[in-house]
Amino acid sequence: MLTIAMPIAFGCITLALLLNFWRLVRGPSRADRILALDTMYINTVALLVLYGIHQNSTVYFEAALLIALMGFVGTVALCKYLLRGDIIE
Amino acid sequence: MNRWLPQPLLSLCLWLVWLLLANSAAPGQILLGGMLAVALPLGTKRFWPDRPHVRRPLRLLVYFSVLLWDIVVANLTVARLILGPVRRLRPAFIRLPLDLTDEFAIVVLAHTLSLTPGTVSADLSIDRRTLLIHVLDLDDEAMLIARMKQRYEVPLKEIFAC
Amino acid sequence: MLELFTSLFLLIGGVFALIGSIGLARLPDLFTRLHGPTKATTLGVGGILIASMLHFGGQGNGLSVHELLVTLFLFTTAPVSAYLVARTMLHLSGKSVDTGTGRQGISDKETS
Repeated sequence: MLTIAMPIAFGCITLALLLNFWRLVRGPSRADRILALDTMYINTVALLVLYGIHQNSTVYFEAALLIALMGFVGTVALCKYLLRGDIIE
Repeated sequence: MNRWLPQPLLSLCLWLVWLLLANSAAPGQILLGGMLAVALPLGTKRFWPDRPHVRRPLRLLVYFSVLLWDIVVANLTVARLILGPVRRLRPAFIRLPLDLTDEFAIVVLAHTLSLTPGTVSADLSIDRRTLLIHVLDLDDEAMLIARMKQRYEVPLKEIFAC
Repeated sequence: MLELFTSLFLLIGGVFALIGSIGLARLPDLFTRLHGPTKATTLGVGGILIASMLHFGGQGNGLSVHELLVTLFLFTTAPVSAYLVARTMLHLSGKSVDTGTGRQGISDKETS
């Protein structure tokens, strides 16, 4: 059962990442690109957790948690830069 | 109580997060988490301008379970809208007049609206009286506002006592 | 039985993550695109994390709950990022809470 579901889930997430990448390249506005990056982070978390299940190891979980944190901070910093022209005022 | 635990709810959250992070409920972790849960709010007390006045913590739990269910429903709705014909969407901005005055309550409300069907909160007016919301597929503005007020704002008003 | 549920949640998660990204790629204007990632993708990751919980919890080393942390984290941060991105879009298109309402929406034009 898992041997069928796993490749499908991998395929879905990979396709999702490609779509995000398309939006990242295409734009058209800078806010769109930030949104695309943010979604890419979230999908990467999913991909890492999925890989952890695939490898049967919990090591990847910490990496996923860190990417989630970094992604959020990155999004906030980028938005703030565009909003105020500065990150730390 | 108030001297050593200035923010009981924050301490509880910190303790739970520590146990989740350690992924165990061994006595050592419980003790270490407890120590951190007391020490961190004490150490950062000066950075908290105003603590949220949660009057009914149990109602908050009920609220969160309703919210969890609504998130699942929201996802099915949004999935249908995304996969359906794009031309038929009626995106619009609406303004939600707020009755809440507590800052933390407004934050919770904005979060809730972002996670529930077809609405994303986009901006808060400077006087904190109006919330700008983007709706993916607007059908009836008055009905939507009434529904949001009745389902989320009224319970929040009770919980945060404002 | 457990494997069945794990597979089910994996599929639900994968499909929702994909739907969110399709929304991001397909929807016509700036603000409608916000809806896909904030909701569908977050639940997608939630589904995969539940699958992970079931998978590692079923191996006899006790309950695996730290996946909940990532789910909670994403559920609290997704609206914040959505709000900030929306604010950025409003800022870039020069509108605010006082002017930007109504059905006309906000156009896709932006000087970049």
